[in-house]
Amino acid sequence: MSEAAKSHDAVLADLKKEELKWIKEKYRRRKRRKVRLSRSWKGDVFVILVLIVFGSFSAYPLIFTITNSLKPLDEIFKFPPRLFPQHITFEHFIDLFNLIGNTQIPISRYLVNTILITALGTAGHVFLASLCAYPLAKHKFPGKHLINQMIVYSLMFSAAVTMIPTYMISSWLGLIDSQLAIIIPAFGFSLGIFLMRQFINTIPDELLEAAKIDGATEYQIFFRIVMPLVKPAWLTLIILLFQQLWGTDGGNYIFTENLKPLSYALSQIVAGGVPRTGTAAAVTVIMLIVPITIFIINQSRVLDTMAHSGLK
Amino acid sequence: MNNVVTKKRLTLWDKIKKNKVSYTMVAPFFLVFFTFTLLPVIMSFTLSFTSFDMLQAPKFIGLNNYINLFLNDEVFLIALKNTFILAVITGPVSYIMAFVFAWLINELPRKIRWLLTLIFYAPSISGSAYLLWLLIFSSDMHGVLNASLMNLGLINAPILWLDTPKYALPILIIVQLWLSLGVSFLAFIAGLQTVDKTLYEAGAIDGIRNRWQELWYITLPQMKPQLMFGAVMQITNSLGIAAVSINLLGFPSVEYSGHTIVTHLMDFGSTNSTRLEMGYASAVATILFFIMLGTNLIVQKIIRRVGS
Repeated sequence: MSEAAKSHDAVLADLKKEELKWIKEKYRRRKRRKVRLSRSWKGDVFVILVLIVFGSFSAYPLIFTITNSLKPLDEIFKFPPRLFPQHITFEHFIDLFNLIGNTQIPISRYLVNTILITALGTAGHVFLASLCAYPLAKHKFPGKHLINQMIVYSLMFSAAVTMIPTYMISSWLGLIDSQLAIIIPAFGFSLGIFLMRQFINTIPDELLEAAKIDGATEYQIFFRIVMPLVKPAWLTLIILLFQQLWGTDGGNYIFTENLKPLSYALSQIVAGGVPRTGTAAAVTVIMLIVPITIFIINQSRVLDTMAHSGLK
Repeated sequence: MNNVVTKKRLTLWDKIKKNKVSYTMVAPFFLVFFTFTLLPVIMSFTLSFTSFDMLQAPKFIGLNNYINLFLNDEVFLIALKNTFILAVITGPVSYIMAFVFAWLINELPRKIRWLLTLIFYAPSISGSAYLLWLLIFSSDMHGVLNASLMNLGLINAPILWLDTPKYALPILIIVQLWLSLGVSFLAFIAGLQTVDKTLYEAGAIDGIRNRWQELWYITLPQMKPQLMFGAVMQITNSLGIAAVSINLLGFPSVEYSGHTIVTHLMDFGSTNSTRLEMGYASAVATILFFIMLGTNLIVQKIIRRVGS
């Protein structure tokens, strides 16, 4: 008995070593060596100019939104408009919180709804997609190729195509006017499972074989080996789905006021028109700051996943 | 003969039984995927041959919906034309932009590369921030574009950018391009970083003289899988333009100048719409489905051929 346990430990240690080797290999490949070949200084100057011009085009609207939210109202409507405020004020953010405090349903309600939708939808998707991606990447069974094929094809059309039947199905399942109408379909996000499968593909088979020889069940392999190794892919799935769910306004699916998400409440404030221009900017800043912050924190892990996104 | 068939069936069944665990792992996700992605495609296809208002049972009317779309619905033809123009421009341009920027920032020092990745990618994840373009294209003299042009003395009176049909498509194209450096851009950056650096050194010895040759002979062939993935993302996006049009130009836009296949679909098939002609809308959806799938498959074939 103790001998069996010992060999189990030894195999585990071996696994750890192999895992480490694999990870080291992965990072060694990413380490950048200085290779500068066939470059002319004219080319470099041109590249820098292009990047500055298009970088400004990309950044200008977002910076403009942020600075607008910090300008007093008379400065927003100044002619000609200026990018940076002369006097910085937080009045729009304060107004926003006052406005929100005066509505019938407290803002915290909308915020809780959005957090609930985003958290449950994302967590469910990451778990189910990884669970499904593992056999699709590493097992051999009848129908696997067909399922993989269907997933790739599903990347080739957008959700608008299936809008009507999706509504009908949600209504048959009794999901209408419930947050589940947003949460459950999010589980089946096809880009997520595609990226997860590609990432799991890169795990060396020997790692899994070793565990199998040791007598681990498929579920044990999944939870103890696969899941910890695909953390970068989790984060990518989380970011991609988070960004969709965070911005959802419930659309056609949620009618009851106190079930609606934050994005809906904020769009109502923005609909207040010209006098709310400043508040609208504050709203936009709040909505965009969360996904961007999450991306900032996880950029390198996302890129790590995307390296394996290719279609063959 | 009979014997062979049963034997074959048995082995398939055995295989399925042997892989029970794999199926239990696949099942939960697949169930949701089937219910909300595959089944709707089949239903949409079926409904497109019916007249259906959600209240009464669907009535089979053959190809009537399709005939009406192409022969009696001028607005659909406008939508088709607009979608086509938008896709032909934003699709390839955004695809090339995503690759070129990824390629240009690839060699920069790590920190600058990080910052530029963030700057280029940020618009596509900032949700409704594109509404800010309303301020830029605003029709009064406080609009950023009008103010700038008036300041420079190029125009005397503010232009009604968002309400003038001839500006509709150019505005949509600009905003859509601004939003378009998304997942495929990230895939390209990541793909470029995995290209084996020793290949460049070898290439230099073999007589590769400049960036362009290096790109054409070494980088692009190495990146083929990412290039195919990026193409799928950009094609699907550029054919599905709707939200930007609705929020910037209105729904419907002036003289349908920003109408696309998806906005046409929403006009008939959204549950907020008063029309509720689900059969007709399903025909629109089915046409869009085949346009998207067809374009993707053709482009895949072309990219697969590059460098081989």
